[in-house]
Amino acid sequence: MSDTSFTGRLRSFADSDLFYSFRRSRTTVVAAVALTLLFVGAVFAPLIAPHNPFDIANLNLLDSELPPSWLEGGNPAYWLGTDTQARDVLSSILYGLRISLFVGFASVILAAVLGVFLGLLGGFVGGIVDAVIMRVADVLLSFPAILVALLINGVMRGILPANQHESAAILVLVLAIGLTNWVQYARTVRGSTLVERQREYVQAARTIGVGRLRIMLTHILPNVLGPVLVIGTINLGMAVLTEATLSFLGVGMPATQPSLGTLIRVGNEYLFSGIWWVVIFPSATLAVLVLAVNLIGDWLRDALNPKLR
Amino acid sequence: MTDAPNATAGAPLLQVKGLKKHFAMSKPFLNRLLEGGETQTVKAVDGLDLEIPRGKTLSLVGESGCGKSTVARLIMGLSNPTGGRIVFDGTDISRAPAGQPAAIRRRMQMIFQDPYASLNPRWRVGDIIAEPLRTYGLCETREAERREVDRLLEFVGLNAKDGDKFPHEFSGGQRQRISIARAISTKPEFLVCDEPTSALDVSVQAQILNLMREMQRELGLTYLFISHDLAVVNFMSDWIGVMYLGRLVEVSPAAELFANPRHPYTRLLLDTIPDLDMSKRDRQPVAGEVPNPINPPTGCHFHPRCPLANDRCRREAPALRVYDGDARASCHAAEEGRDATAIAAQVPVARPHQAAV
Amino acid sequence: MALLEVENLKVEFPTRRGVLTAVDNVSFSVEQGEILGVVGESGAGKSMTGAAVIGLLEPPGRIGGGQIRLDGKRIDNLSPDEMRRIRGRHIGAVFQDPLTSLNPLFTVGEQLVETIRTHLPMSAAEARKRAIEWLAEVGIPAPDMRIDQYPHQFSGGMRQRVVIALALCAEPRLIIADEPTTALDVSVQAQIIGLLKRICRERNAAAILVTHDMGVIAETADRVAVMYAGRLAEIGPVARVLQNPSHPYTAGLMGSIPRVGPRPDRLIQIEGSMPRLTDIPGGCAFNPRCPKAFAQCHRVRPELRPVADGAAACLLYDGVTQ
Repeated sequence: MSDTSFTGRLRSFADSDLFYSFRRSRTTVVAAVALTLLFVGAVFAPLIAPHNPFDIANLNLLDSELPPSWLEGGNPAYWLGTDTQARDVLSSILYGLRISLFVGFASVILAAVLGVFLGLLGGFVGGIVDAVIMRVADVLLSFPAILVALLINGVMRGILPANQHESAAILVLVLAIGLTNWVQYARTVRGSTLVERQREYVQAARTIGVGRLRIMLTHILPNVLGPVLVIGTINLGMAVLTEATLSFLGVGMPATQPSLGTLIRVGNEYLFSGIWWVVIFPSATLAVLVLAVNLIGDWLRDALNPKLR
Repeated sequence: MTDAPNATAGAPLLQVKGLKKHFAMSKPFLNRLLEGGETQTVKAVDGLDLEIPRGKTLSLVGESGCGKSTVARLIMGLSNPTGGRIVFDGTDISRAPAGQPAAIRRRMQMIFQDPYASLNPRWRVGDIIAEPLRTYGLCETREAERREVDRLLEFVGLNAKDGDKFPHEFSGGQRQRISIARAISTKPEFLVCDEPTSALDVSVQAQILNLMREMQRELGLTYLFISHDLAVVNFMSDWIGVMYLGRLVEVSPAAELFANPRHPYTRLLLDTIPDLDMSKRDRQPVAGEVPNPINPPTGCHFHPRCPLANDRCRREAPALRVYDGDARASCHAAEEGRDATAIAAQVPVARPHQAAV
Repeated sequence: MALLEVENLKVEFPTRRGVLTAVDNVSFSVEQGEILGVVGESGAGKSMTGAAVIGLLEPPGRIGGGQIRLDGKRIDNLSPDEMRRIRGRHIGAVFQDPLTSLNPLFTVGEQLVETIRTHLPMSAAEARKRAIEWLAEVGIPAPDMRIDQYPHQFSGGMRQRVVIALALCAEPRLIIADEPTTALDVSVQAQIIGLLKRICRERNAAAILVTHDMGVIAETADRVAVMYAGRLAEIGPVARVLQNPSHPYTAGLMGSIPRVGPRPDRLIQIEGSMPRLTDIPGGCAFNPRCPKAFAQCHRVRPELRPVADGAAACLLYDGVTQ
């Protein structure tokens, strides 16, 4: 039953209730496929993209504002058309996806690590440490996430010299979104920690003489991580959207390193002048990405919920 | 068995004097300020005196709210006493938290009631049993540790291969065996057992109780055994202490307790033991339930339910006195000799045990 | 005719690994006014049996075969609406946890009156008077005052008394009690089983008492059915089965219960543990642990055969050569 080799583990996963529930839900499988495609496209963008839209030398201004290839006037070399500066829309989307996904994952990981650590600390230590952490969390929660992200963003820009704004943009975004979203992890983990702390296996560890930090990290942490995966998955969609919103508002990724949100902002100006493809395709990609992530997050939450089994 | 320091033949291994644990149950400060109300305390343990001789078993019995589990936690250092002293092999450990100091606490271990919650569900069984070995650095190499874990698994009646499995793959009885293996891994002298078989089926309980008796003989262990089941306690104990609402009402050698219970509450408990031999005796269950520990009755806590209660019982809490046969009880009626008729009406309990198969 | 007849009852759970049988071909009957104890360890299927009789099996559990007849009429195949009418009026239930059996948002009186008026034609005033009588009957002091109190204002034992009143107020002829005393202190347990016994006798109501506690059975039941791994091992009058069991499992069970008196060196123990539903051995389910097993026990599943004044499912009584 406990075959610990790799094939053994793979086989027991394939046999598990989790995988079974995955196979049975068609929406989830479709969402997973879509997400995988987007992921692969983003990771391998430099290899897959037909053009490099940021290589100014290679842009042929005569090719600007071409419609998608299946329409009249389209060019098969530019499958989804080009924008006002002859950048291939498809390639821009692939590179933009890269940035959106990177910011999304990085900010989720930052938020999760910070949130889990603070939640664990507050729940286990209690007292004034817990009170301080929870009050900070309460304050953060009472502001809309976008506002907080804008605030952090503004502060960072204030700190950094102007010439570094563009190159540091991606890092600033990750920080802004990550520092906003840690609260949900912290609260959930703190609640679970409070419960697990009373359980007899923790008391057994205390009677054995295991130190408090060790108990926190080796005993309690593995048992409170469960919901974190679910929160993280749903949070990913939100993080991507937040980044897109910030970029759309002009305080996120600059046009020289556009994420999907930036592309939407730039293309939005031309929506009514007829070159609709410049904004519609990035928007559709963003929508599919967030939808797929949310669907998978929903399934995961129900599949991992012991009460629904 | 390790050669314990300060050991004199006959000195008890564990001594408890005047042990108290009070919990503050008042409403939050602001509420008290605005609504007016007093500070309330629950006296979970209210002045307990115990002695456990080396190699023997003392059991604590009682119903909910009597404080027996609290006593177990106080002795193990999981909770700090509000007053009194705990002395282990001559050393005062009243203020010592669980696990400290290592030299002493290593010799005391605990087994818990819930077999499902006392093992970390994410750890492999081998790691669970090895944890004390690692904490105290008892094995020099991984192989030595592995061998020791295997030996412990076999000792408690499991398989060495079970070390690779997770707790959820085992039944309740098997999990208690794993808990026992973990507890004896440091070769302790003293084991506190908090209702170790209450959550188990009766046939599994028999296996675990047999194992524990065997272990006591082989390893020379001293037990503090907590239970609500008098029949189980009869099988396990040399001495039995009966608790009611934080106080020890009677403590006697086991045979003496069953033959000559001195305290009316003890008689009530003995009366509730089911009559499996179907002698169809006429039982009159005593009325009432254990009162709320926040507002216990004055004087002797048991007086509202006691058929022998008088005025003195309502005013004055009785002290523990010694009677024949080394029995101790705190009861005014026993002291004044008023309980003669009660004893006469009591059920004869010494029946020979029949082998059923 | 017996009040309740259960014939070849089968309770199943479809899972993705196949169909698990929690109760396998169990048959027994309960006469009017009789208390039948159903005893077994965890996983034996005794709670499932009780739940099947009263129609409260949790899905995906379902009755996979057999019949349950109340007064000669089948009740296992009724629609949920029809079953709801049977519950309360004809079959009452007492469950283990008095805290969750009562609705914390309604007073005890409101719950009693609701149950009474659902099943019996009565005005609100009459129902309230009846409710007060019931509270007095189950031993609640000052019932006319306590009828307007909420469940949390009662202690555990008092709550269980209210639950018993609730189960009986519509005057059913059969009660299913599932571990009614397990969550209570031992001194209160004695009071509650005494109450249950007295009330059933006075009203000539039958009861099925499901429990793992042999002591409760010894004090309360007239007959006892012993279950193992979803099957009936033995059934018969309580005194005889407990003192002179026919089935080796019952004998092992009785031997492993610690008693008061001179203490033995060891308790009699049955090796191993009850098999999980997915791993029930072929032939007799008890055979790997049975001290009296012989070759046929692995192959042939024993049927329930009359033994002494009861019945047992064991090849020792089957006339099979050993």
